[in-house]
Amino acid sequence: MDTDYKYEPKNGLTRWLDSRLPLMRFTSEHVLQFPTPKNLNYFWTFGFILTMCLVTQIITGIILAMHYAPSTLLAFDSVEHIMRNVNYGWLIRYIHSNGASMFFLAVFIHMFRGLYYGSYKEPREVIWILGCIIYLLMIVTAFMGYVLPWGQMSFWGATVIINLVGTLPLIGESLTQMLLGGFAVDNPTLNRFFSLHYLLPFIIFGVVLLHIWALHVPGNNNPVGLSVQGKQDTVAFHPYYTVKDFFAYTVFLLLFCYFIFYNPNALGHADNYIEADAMVTPAHIVPEWYLLPFYAILRAVPDKLAGVLLMFGAIAVLFFLPWLDTAKVRSGRYRPIFRYFYVLFVIDCLILGYLGAQVPEGIYLFLSRVTTIYYFAFFLLVLPILGRIEKMKPMPIGISNSELSRDMVAAE
Amino acid sequence: MSDTLDDDKPTRRDFLYITTGAFGVVGAASVAWPLIDQLNPDASVKAVSTIEVDISSIEPGSFLKVAWRGKPIYIRRRTNEEIADAEKDDNLNLPDPQKDMERVQKKEWLVVVGVCTHLGCIPIANQGEYEGWFCPCHGSHYDISGRIRKGPAPTNLEIPPYEFVSDSLIKIG
Repeated sequence: MDTDYKYEPKNGLTRWLDSRLPLMRFTSEHVLQFPTPKNLNYFWTFGFILTMCLVTQIITGIILAMHYAPSTLLAFDSVEHIMRNVNYGWLIRYIHSNGASMFFLAVFIHMFRGLYYGSYKEPREVIWILGCIIYLLMIVTAFMGYVLPWGQMSFWGATVIINLVGTLPLIGESLTQMLLGGFAVDNPTLNRFFSLHYLLPFIIFGVVLLHIWALHVPGNNNPVGLSVQGKQDTVAFHPYYTVKDFFAYTVFLLLFCYFIFYNPNALGHADNYIEADAMVTPAHIVPEWYLLPFYAILRAVPDKLAGVLLMFGAIAVLFFLPWLDTAKVRSGRYRPIFRYFYVLFVIDCLILGYLGAQVPEGIYLFLSRVTTIYYFAFFLLVLPILGRIEKMKPMPIGISNSELSRDMVAAE
Repeated sequence: MSDTLDDDKPTRRDFLYITTGAFGVVGAASVAWPLIDQLNPDASVKAVSTIEVDISSIEPGSFLKVAWRGKPIYIRRRTNEEIADAEKDDNLNLPDPQKDMERVQKKEWLVVVGVCTHLGCIPIANQGEYEGWFCPCHGSHYDISGRIRKGPAPTNLEIPPYEFVSDSLIKIG
């Protein structure tokens, strides 16, 4: 984004550094003084919250790896060792396991925000796609991490998910064996999952940097969806948004701490405190809550391959969102019909999540089919068609007068 | 290059580019292969382990569950009624048509891999609508011959390679 602000080194030392490594210039222009639309609401704080989530997971994860043993003989016991013996091990593990849930909670809000305000639209398509890649990496990382405690859900969750690959024609079986390193989930599987679970967060970190880099080219979208037209539309990131972000993060931490200290196993499954047994499947295999909507889609279809393709399709369709939505107006605020479909879509995702935890029979199966159809219809029918026929509400002239004179403009 | 040479004829330089590129690709692939192949099951895993199971203690109508290659094998001694049940359904329109005869060596003994052909869970014996197996994960029902009858699983329970060493001993693998 073009900005009038230019960093000026103030003394000899910073001048010397600036001509060698312009670190202070970068920080100043891209963090402290970065021009940010002045009308961002609290939904825009989740970028920062997510960064903090990633940092939290990496720090606690590195510590857990110091006490964890990736072997089928030791894994389960070493997790219990962390919980019972290691000083504050219980705290660090509960932060890490609940941190994954909080991470997904924040990313869902972040994505639904982008969906409502059209943050994926031109010129921000690449930001959105990088975000989808981050989301995909998060799912893979969380899945592998869930296997490491080597409980019953770890084992059978891994078995079911890796067997999804086996549905692919021709290469399915050999690919499954390659992923497993054997004929069933076993020591080779656990070891490689540990290795990759350690690696992927750093890959995510790299993609996050690209995500922010891409964001800093056009700058932030905002609730009215209009482009920044000049200085009157922006404020410096610091202190305005640093304060807002930290405040939001503090509130977010309250919820996080509630889970860590008062209900640390609320989001997990009791079965995962039973050591993995290759000979007994738990009565009811359920993935972690943040994967439930996709699990519901998988089970909505009677055909095995079709179910798998549909589940992956549910994520793949997100990558094409910038071109599926044909509306030129970004913000949902000015799209009266879109708003209804959007709210319905949010409810649809919540119901899918609920259904993912139910036995796929009777009414649940029927509902999961209806909600799966709407999930895809929203992207493949509603967004492409609605953008062409919807009559938009009157919009403000610019960001700076949008908040002051919303009523006036609407009245015109 | 087109600035200096006004026709599109390949030059010696093009040849060098292509040869270098081709060598690079082959070289990279040969280095990449060990890095990929290490993921595959190694010889110790692949060595088809063989187990021998004493089946003399299995009563008619009951079964034994043993581990083979990290997977459970159900050895089921079927009663005459169960065999009759299985054969009665031979000509129904099954999802994965197979006669009961093709699935056993001795009618009395059914040996199947206890891994659901849907997504790899272990079906529970003596449950489900067909009194064979029922997979708790996604609701697949198998009959007394281990054939898929209802639910998302596409094929019948797999039959492992096995032979009768004697009347009371089975060798699996």
